[in-house]
Amino acid sequence: MNLKALSEAVGVSGDEGNVRALVLDTVQEHVDEVKVDALGNVLVLKRGTGRPSSTGPGSRRLRVMLDAHMDEVGLMVVGHDSDGFLRVRTVGGIDSRLLPGAILQVGSERIPGVIGVKPIHLLRGDEGQKVSKIDDLVVDIGARSKDEARKLAPLGTYAAFATQFRELGPTVSGKAFDDRAGCAVLVELLRGEPFDFDLHAVFAVQEEVGLRGARVAAYAVDPDCAFALEGTVADDIPKDKDVSPTTELGKGPAITVMDRSFIADRRLVRLLTDTAKELGIPYQFKQPNVGGTDSGAIHRAREGVPSVTVAVPCRYIHSPVSLLSLDDFENTVRLMREALSRISWHTLRRN
Amino acid sequence: MEVIPLLKQLSEIDGPSGFEGPVRELLRQTWQPFVDEMREGKIGSLIALKKGTSRKDSDRAQGPRPKLMLAAHMDEIGLMVTGVEKGFLRITRVGGTDRRVLLGLEVVVHGRRDLPGIVATRPPHVLPEDERKRTAPWDKLFVDVGLPPEQVEQLVSVGDLISVRREMVELKNHRVAGKAMDDRACVVAMTLALEQLSSALHAWDIFAVATVQEETGLKGAITAAYGIAPDLAIALDVTLGRQPGTQDVDTFPMGDGPTIGIGPNFHPSLVKRLRTVADAHEIPYQIEPTPGASGTDAWAIQLTREGVPTALISVPLRYMHQPVETLDVQDIERAGRLLAAFIAGLEADSLEQLAWDTKAESE
Amino acid sequence: MRELIRKLVETYGPSGVEDQIRSVIRAEVEPLADELRVDPLGSLVVRKQGSGDGRRILLDAHMDEIGVMVTYVDEKGFARITHIGGVDPLNCVGGRVAFADGTRGVIGVEEKREDSGKVPEFAQLYLDVGAKSADECPVGVGDAAVFVRPFVAQGGRMISKAMDDRIGCALLIETLRRLEDTPHDVYFVFSVQEETSLSGARTSTFGIEPDLAIAIDVTTTGDTPEAHPMAVKLGQGPAVKVQDRGMIAHPAVRDLLVQRAKDAEIPYQLEVLEFGTTDAAAMQLVRAGVPAGCLSIPCRYVHTPSEMVDEGDVENSVRLLLEVLRAA
Repeated sequence: MNLKALSEAVGVSGDEGNVRALVLDTVQEHVDEVKVDALGNVLVLKRGTGRPSSTGPGSRRLRVMLDAHMDEVGLMVVGHDSDGFLRVRTVGGIDSRLLPGAILQVGSERIPGVIGVKPIHLLRGDEGQKVSKIDDLVVDIGARSKDEARKLAPLGTYAAFATQFRELGPTVSGKAFDDRAGCAVLVELLRGEPFDFDLHAVFAVQEEVGLRGARVAAYAVDPDCAFALEGTVADDIPKDKDVSPTTELGKGPAITVMDRSFIADRRLVRLLTDTAKELGIPYQFKQPNVGGTDSGAIHRAREGVPSVTVAVPCRYIHSPVSLLSLDDFENTVRLMREALSRISWHTLRRN
Repeated sequence: MEVIPLLKQLSEIDGPSGFEGPVRELLRQTWQPFVDEMREGKIGSLIALKKGTSRKDSDRAQGPRPKLMLAAHMDEIGLMVTGVEKGFLRITRVGGTDRRVLLGLEVVVHGRRDLPGIVATRPPHVLPEDERKRTAPWDKLFVDVGLPPEQVEQLVSVGDLISVRREMVELKNHRVAGKAMDDRACVVAMTLALEQLSSALHAWDIFAVATVQEETGLKGAITAAYGIAPDLAIALDVTLGRQPGTQDVDTFPMGDGPTIGIGPNFHPSLVKRLRTVADAHEIPYQIEPTPGASGTDAWAIQLTREGVPTALISVPLRYMHQPVETLDVQDIERAGRLLAAFIAGLEADSLEQLAWDTKAESE
Repeated sequence: MRELIRKLVETYGPSGVEDQIRSVIRAEVEPLADELRVDPLGSLVVRKQGSGDGRRILLDAHMDEIGVMVTYVDEKGFARITHIGGVDPLNCVGGRVAFADGTRGVIGVEEKREDSGKVPEFAQLYLDVGAKSADECPVGVGDAAVFVRPFVAQGGRMISKAMDDRIGCALLIETLRRLEDTPHDVYFVFSVQEETSLSGARTSTFGIEPDLAIAIDVTTTGDTPEAHPMAVKLGQGPAVKVQDRGMIAHPAVRDLLVQRAKDAEIPYQLEVLEFGTTDAAAMQLVRAGVPAGCLSIPCRYVHTPSEMVDEGDVENSVRLLLEVLRAA
């Protein structure tokens, strides 16, 4: 399964080259056209079989866009201090509390680096309560001088978490499941038989810094509807109050009705839930108003694109190691494949 | 062209976001000798075209020239009248105006006619202790034009613009200070490049754009870029100059050359090419790591239509958004030279050379 | 116009679920339209062709209203909620809401919260539809509800939930009804999702490519006790927007509105809004740019369930729009 390779590939927002190469390599033989655009998005076309059900106004084939983003959150080197430490800033949203104790891979040579803080032995008063801000943290690659640090990791060098993919039984752990899980789902869908409609798959860049790749890709593709595939927040650890876990592991693919970036098209939501119910595929609704996804950019392209986001629930996203359930992953692929084989111009009709 | 007189003119003229007319008119005249065509964009940007000039015989049959867009914003931050009370004007900001520098500032109120004014507040002698310790909030700031209330009612309405009145000052070591250096300094840099190109050959069509409303949301850049649909774009803006009380990683020394941004907002091959040109022409520059939004027109232009490879050249500037914005004139000249050299070096097939590498970097 | 306004404000239509309000508006405008369509995100676009030698003008009002959405149903059948658009928790406690199928709910607040003197957060609110358990609860995650308040007209004022922006929709419909000759190609857009993202206006403008665009929406006033200073007052005429937090009106559009008001002796006010924005902010940035402005109806208590407008302002707004649309 591709998830291991995808998870371990390094590709922080703006530096997705390695993931791009892996994706191109994997999907090339299953699709009809491949293109890399000005921002580095991979746009592929898997032509439809063009049966009558997919022809709409003017006998055009329905154009469906599927999107998953290749980039992960990480760090960028913004300075070097005299002792050889690297000063860094976050690329995308990372809770700085997750950084002390982390191991990173720095630059294209994947130089190992660590982030450590003042030892507990030396803490005074309530220093241990305070959260380190990114400005106070440094990355140690073992360099002994500013010059050495500069040579090994010049300004602008990217760093990603260095986490190995592991199989834990019914679950797997690794870095960047947001959104390599989505990429893996998309790869699986591309590997299968063609659909009725023309499938435009986009492996997008720079989602984590503002849904940027998806925005230009949606403009280029100009689809009739779109599905963004994600690895999303599962906050199902024990809590004091009986409140939403956002999504839960084991409950199946999570469908977004509304998040901070967009409101899903109800016709597409219904297509997904009807399909799931009919086939007994578990599904859940993601807690509304949490987070944002590429659908936020896609739905407002040109004259508007009815959109929805479908996600594999993942614990601990945006941290060095996330966790997902293989059943959820399989069910996401299955739900998408079945829903897509049912989609037609009829799905988008209005009463 | 003399940089300092042009910079002085551009700095002192009034053009807050949304009301850039006077700057646009001045630029029309200034650019006239260097460009082939000029037009005004739908929301007010000035878009000038300098057509490509070199054409090898073998290229003659080929189609239209590729397009490079340059952008520097001509709007500045300012103030606006929100109400008139007993002859005093209530105000709000236009763009990111910094309240800390408003007290005692001399301004110009653009009512039925231009009126000199002062930003007033109550003297410290009568202020409660806690108010004195905090920056005055907007609803405690007023502008006083020194006229009787009835006259003020006649001359000033809600919605009238207010700009900062400030003459440019020359400091030591070819440094200057004034208002609106953000981003008129880069408009000057762009002008210098156009002037240098008027006696050089270049293969690409150059769209030089003085954008509007950058300070209020990159709006001129968004719309002008859509209209032009460029193949490449370079924005010019100011960046935080090194000054006391700031961290080294956030600021760049003045006088060490303009900065070139690297990060998701910028196409790596385009950045590499700029660096190569700078090295070849011995133009000093600094690298500005930008992990996210650059806060400039470049951020918007990159997402035009199907995407545009974009780069950003910045001039370090101290005291940003204050009426004493300070920079080194040499950095402006260097930015202009770098741009001109880069443009002159662009060839018909340069775009293909910038394509993304589709192989992994390390296995 | 009262009955039209009553019908519009009392119809269900939160952002993202505008079907019902779209049907109601469609029934009003279809007989008058030269062309009518519903665009991909659900905005209703009505075209009224002019005599030909004018410009393409887009007039926009948004159909959607603010509301709440169920985020979770607990074991006992209480629902947790989040906001759709800008909803202040202050206005929710004890409030009553209605779902698409008419189910009613009451919003309660956690009694044990830490600081009961402070305005509660959404996380401390919950919705009670009277269910006895999660299984019996008639509402689920993703269901959307709007505030419930009947329309009242008294003393020359009108009060209701969703004046923002059903009053704008009413103005557009009335303008369409009264429009006789115009040289302009006029598009009346009833947009979706303004309260959450301005996406409806952005995308419908892309499809229309107008020469100029005017949003018709509400604005706040500064004439209530201890209000933040603000020049606009109820009853002093429609407001012509100069700027708000999302956009600066194009001077040509602003001046057009002011000039037509002056020529026809329609009272008007100039508006600078410190918080909030309208569809015009999105329309302005479409394609290569659109000169855009906003005609605002002064409104007290915006984004509460009891928004108040003045009937004279409403009538004068229609008159002003008609003036804008007559001969170039």
